[in-house]
Amino acid sequence: MGIWKKTLTTAAVATLLMTQAASAENVKIALLVKALGIGFFEAAAKGAEEAATELGDVEIIYTGPTSTTAEGQIEVINALIAQGVDAIAISANDPDAVAPALKKAMDRGITVISWDSGVAPAGRQMHLNPSSSALIGNTIIKLAADHMPDGGDVAILSATSTSTNQNIWIEEATKVLPNYPGINLVATVYGDDLADKSYREAQGLMSTYPNLKAIIAPTTVGILAASQAVTDAGKIGEINVTGLGLPSEMAGAVESGATVSFAIWNPIDLGYSATMIAYNLHKGTATAAPGAAIPMGRMGSATLDDNNEAAMSDPFTYDKSNIAEFKSIF
Amino acid sequence: MSILKHREALLALAILLLVGVVAARFPAFVRPGNLANVFNDTSPLILLAIGQMIVILTKCIDLSMAATLALCGMVAALLNGAGVPLPLILVLVVVLGGLLGAVNGLLVWKLGIPSIVVTLGTMTIYRGTIFLITDGAWVNAHQMTDDFKALPRAVIAGLPVMSWVALAAIALFTVLLTRTPLGRSFYAVGGNPHAAVYTGISVGRTQFLAFVIAGALAGLTGYLWVARYAVAYVDIASGFELSVVAACVIGGVAIAGGAGSVIGTVMGALFLGVINNALPVVGISPFWQLAISGSAIVLAVAFNSAQNRPAGRIILKSVEPR
Repeated sequence: MGIWKKTLTTAAVATLLMTQAASAENVKIALLVKALGIGFFEAAAKGAEEAATELGDVEIIYTGPTSTTAEGQIEVINALIAQGVDAIAISANDPDAVAPALKKAMDRGITVISWDSGVAPAGRQMHLNPSSSALIGNTIIKLAADHMPDGGDVAILSATSTSTNQNIWIEEATKVLPNYPGINLVATVYGDDLADKSYREAQGLMSTYPNLKAIIAPTTVGILAASQAVTDAGKIGEINVTGLGLPSEMAGAVESGATVSFAIWNPIDLGYSATMIAYNLHKGTATAAPGAAIPMGRMGSATLDDNNEAAMSDPFTYDKSNIAEFKSIF
Repeated sequence: MSILKHREALLALAILLLVGVVAARFPAFVRPGNLANVFNDTSPLILLAIGQMIVILTKCIDLSMAATLALCGMVAALLNGAGVPLPLILVLVVVLGGLLGAVNGLLVWKLGIPSIVVTLGTMTIYRGTIFLITDGAWVNAHQMTDDFKALPRAVIAGLPVMSWVALAAIALFTVLLTRTPLGRSFYAVGGNPHAAVYTGISVGRTQFLAFVIAGALAGLTGYLWVARYAVAYVDIASGFELSVVAACVIGGVAIAGGAGSVIGTVMGALFLGVINNALPVVGISPFWQLAISGSAIVLAVAFNSAQNRPAGRIILKSVEPR
């Protein structure tokens, strides 16, 4: 894997260096994602391009490692520092591992913000949460509870056991559980964001807990694999798979009924907002300090809390009624 | 051969023991239906491990198998999207897999580059190619036709087609390796390349054919994988090549070539398959799961090599009384 990653990174950097000369006067904002080739981040890149078009003097560099590792992101960060970008907006694979590299970037005057999956406070100026973690935690439980009038067992199928955002959401979901009487969280398992492992874990949940009514997967690979496992087990209608997914990927599961509804914030809005914030911080039209409100164009403004974190908006629920409209967007 | 038989019996015992331990904690695991599920789930690993075994027999290794699987799977999904009929897709993925294997084989044969280097390179090239042909986009369930997704899970005589494909491959390659000149030449080339040359076997050509077979198997598995999980993206089966090599090594295939059997390899794959499927249901903390499957691999391999260690040669011995 290492060599493959390095080769692609080198190729990416080479391309970047070539484009750099062409437009030196623009504000260069790097949108650094967890890994290339993930629908969610491709959609965020679209949003970033939209913000760039609106602002006029912005050049977006959409980049990331080829697999979701902190090591890969550090290599990319170093490459970005070397080519002198003006701002980095990162969705981190590990909150602490990338912090020293990002601190180095800040020391050289680069504006650094994190979005989606956060970085430790020392490694960024502010963090933009797609939504508030509490709200997401509540949403994923509510999605399951809404279709379980008589209550019953639910289980969570997460990404890796060390994923920053999934763990926070699960923690928040556990906190609000007492508000949903009759809903019984029986297990939390980890599919590592691999289709085959997630599928196997979902199968395991179904055979371990025969009374399972819902599988909550707050990750796009997991929710898809769980829907497929439920479909293959012939348990559509018996077990509802819900959580966080992308409309384009979930359309099949919603059509078949394996998933009644699921939620996601709009990644286009997220990429757009992150770009707007990075631009405003770089230009000095706003500062990242507790209590400050940073304008985000059409998305309003982000108000920072004591940890310099802000929430963009509420997650949005998708079901049979609107999936057709959104599946072609992202 | 007796040592080999011995080792396979021990491995079978280890698998039974493992299944027994799991059954003690979770009795439903040993229901025939669930065991069939475990076999079905392990089928891709079995198919790839057989291909890998043949390559390893010839003193080579194929690290590009998972990447070949991913590329062929993605091509199958794209062809399906373009409206190509399913039988043609099946033929095309096997041919494509064979061609990708042939690239490995030619580089090893004609340029004499060590296979680990060749396949490390092609592994990244094949994965990169998926990026190039898709721009990183996924092919999702609703973009695949129903018959494309249905084939691996269609049930014939109680087992899904995917399991039957694995069983067919086991039978085919057992016969090929034990009863045909080509099969025996794989062993000859790995066991003693110089002697093989004197018997008229082309070492390079035999290695080339091993890579073609491994590639074709990976290509077919690529379709099965994508159809089963109903999703194709760049990272499918990422890291799977290591499980495949592990299955071979646990199954008693000598990494130096020339020794190993299809049945041993299949049991090595089943050993890993049982672990993979048992860990989610026995309720072990996920933080322990990786460590447990890792330790099982190390233990199995240590056991194998202890079995394999040649007895010391007696060079001085007092005269025995007559």
